Amino acid sequence: MAGQVATGARSGLRSALPLLVPAYLWLTVAIFMPLSAMVFFSFMTELPLSGKAWSFTLDNYATFFAQGLYRTLLLASLKLGLEVTLWCVVIGYPAAYVLAKVFRGRSREAIFLLVILPFWSNGLVRIFSWAMVLREGGILDTALNAVLPFKINIDLMYSYPAVIIGLVHSYVPYMVLTCYLTLQAIDDSLIEAGRSLGASRLQMLKRVIIPLSMPGLVAGAALIFVPVVGSFMEPRILGGRTGTFYGTIIEDQFVAVFNWPLGAALSFILLAVVLVILALASPVLKRAA
Amino acid sequence: MRMPKLTAFLMATAVFASALVASADEVHVLNWKGYGADEPWAIAAFEKATGNKVVNDFFNSEQEMLTKLRTNPGLYDVVMINAAFNDQAMAEKLIQPIDVSKIPNYADISADKAGSPMLARDGKVYGVPWVWGLTALAINEKAFETPPTSIAEMWNEAHKGRVTIRDDAVEAVQFGAIATGQNINDIKDMEAVKAKLTSLMPQIKTFWSSENDWNQMVASNQIDIGTYWSGSADRAKTHFKLPVSLVIPREGAVAWLDAFSIPVGAKNVAGAEAFINTMIDPKFYVEWVTKVGAPVSANAKAVAALPEDAFNRKVMGDPGVAKRIQFQAPISDAQREAYLALWQELKVNVK
Repeated sequence: MAGQVATGARSGLRSALPLLVPAYLWLTVAIFMPLSAMVFFSFMTELPLSGKAWSFTLDNYATFFAQGLYRTLLLASLKLGLEVTLWCVVIGYPAAYVLAKVFRGRSREAIFLLVILPFWSNGLVRIFSWAMVLREGGILDTALNAVLPFKINIDLMYSYPAVIIGLVHSYVPYMVLTCYLTLQAIDDSLIEAGRSLGASRLQMLKRVIIPLSMPGLVAGAALIFVPVVGSFMEPRILGGRTGTFYGTIIEDQFVAVFNWPLGAALSFILLAVVLVILALASPVLKRAA
Repeated sequence: MRMPKLTAFLMATAVFASALVASADEVHVLNWKGYGADEPWAIAAFEKATGNKVVNDFFNSEQEMLTKLRTNPGLYDVVMINAAFNDQAMAEKLIQPIDVSKIPNYADISADKAGSPMLARDGKVYGVPWVWGLTALAINEKAFETPPTSIAEMWNEAHKGRVTIRDDAVEAVQFGAIATGQNINDIKDMEAVKAKLTSLMPQIKTFWSSENDWNQMVASNQIDIGTYWSGSADRAKTHFKLPVSLVIPREGAVAWLDAFSIPVGAKNVAGAEAFINTMIDPKFYVEWVTKVGAPVSANAKAVAALPEDAFNRKVMGDPGVAKRIQFQAPISDAQREAYLALWQELKVNVK
């Protein structure tokens, strides 16, 4: 966008400036400045706030490579990110398709609202309501045992599946929204043309619908993958003793031991790893899109 | 995930900047939120009796409390400091000696608390003991016919997957020290602690972090036993009517002592002394225990003013208990980080 503005006429830039200033001012104050402060902290031995002498160091970054613990956790978090993204595709894409191509008018609005609804509730509330559903003697356990003729014991709480369920629930609306937008833009005549030329339903999906909606899938996947890798609240509350992830140990450094420099360094390593993954994936994704 | 921290940091800086002006008849108090000193009825009574206005500020960790003292010299008149951190605050010249003759209730503080070496230097008092409590075990009464007496119950196969421990590195390591028969303040055999805690991990249902976590797990009958704070176990039983009872194992338990101090540069020292006097007064304490639930007062007369069968008097006041508890001593930053590294390693290996 900035490029377009720069190549435009001078007068165009001048008139665009008042429109850009609020956004860029906000980005500078709320994101760029604190983030640079954190970069600065990540190279320090002590936080200047603590009143102790401090100096510059690379030790915080070295700590990551010196201890296998951080690598193990980072890999676990990346795996979590992939799994959650995959489930969001499996659940979100068909829903988006139905919304975009099957429902019309009022019923579409109603179903759409149901998809967006979780977005309007507080994240912590959502997680705690899952806790009530998933635990032994909880809503799911009681309901299934009331219906089924045999006794089953469902205690998903404090386990890896619980973390997946909680995260997928929180993030699936992103996938539905991005896929819905691209699916809706597909011209129905293309589908009709394909069908009239004798393509089967599966062929239609593979050759027409998925390729045309790929930008939405990619955008949704990136929107979900990045925050899930750094998530800490859901694993901590739903994961129990298996709920230690990269995000939770960063939180520990900030909250439990007040070691902001190490916490900041770990955060930037995560940021770098995520950027590298997105960069490596981008040629593949671009071709696909 | 970085954003909330940053926002908090920016907010804190803004608060520091705007709150630097304190007037003389105000008493600025720094304490945990919801921890006695901010009870509206107590503040109203104090303000009426002394004419001072109480301004409360809060911290979420000891490190935050120290930072607030460092960055706001002269703002606070009273600060609540865990005795294990008193030494650090004094060494950094953040708190000043207290003239205990101005605090009439100080004379009633039990000798072992008032004489704590953590609160005095060179014959000067730097902290007035307020309340103390234990990190011990608590059980779900539904899971036991007779309460256990040993810490080994946490490792009992029968409770596999129904044990909980707080997600706190220092507490976990000190608990491991007690389980291996060591002094919590001078852990000689860290490998033994590590091995002991490693063998505990498969027993664990989840790690708790707040009182609410613990109480909910008992209410839904998900746990049998776990580490818990004495005051919280009392509150769970008396106020929430949950089947919880505290067990102080024969191997011992971790004890902590909270004390009030006066920061260097406090503008209203007289008000601070009056406030501290109120906080250790039996009348305030009995009301606090009855209305809200509280840890054990360091003031012997305040404990004696409780009903005979009150938990804080009967259980916590038992001389047998006093013999086997170990008070937490100061912990260096390096130790704290080493404990966290050990704790994180244990949590990662269990995955």
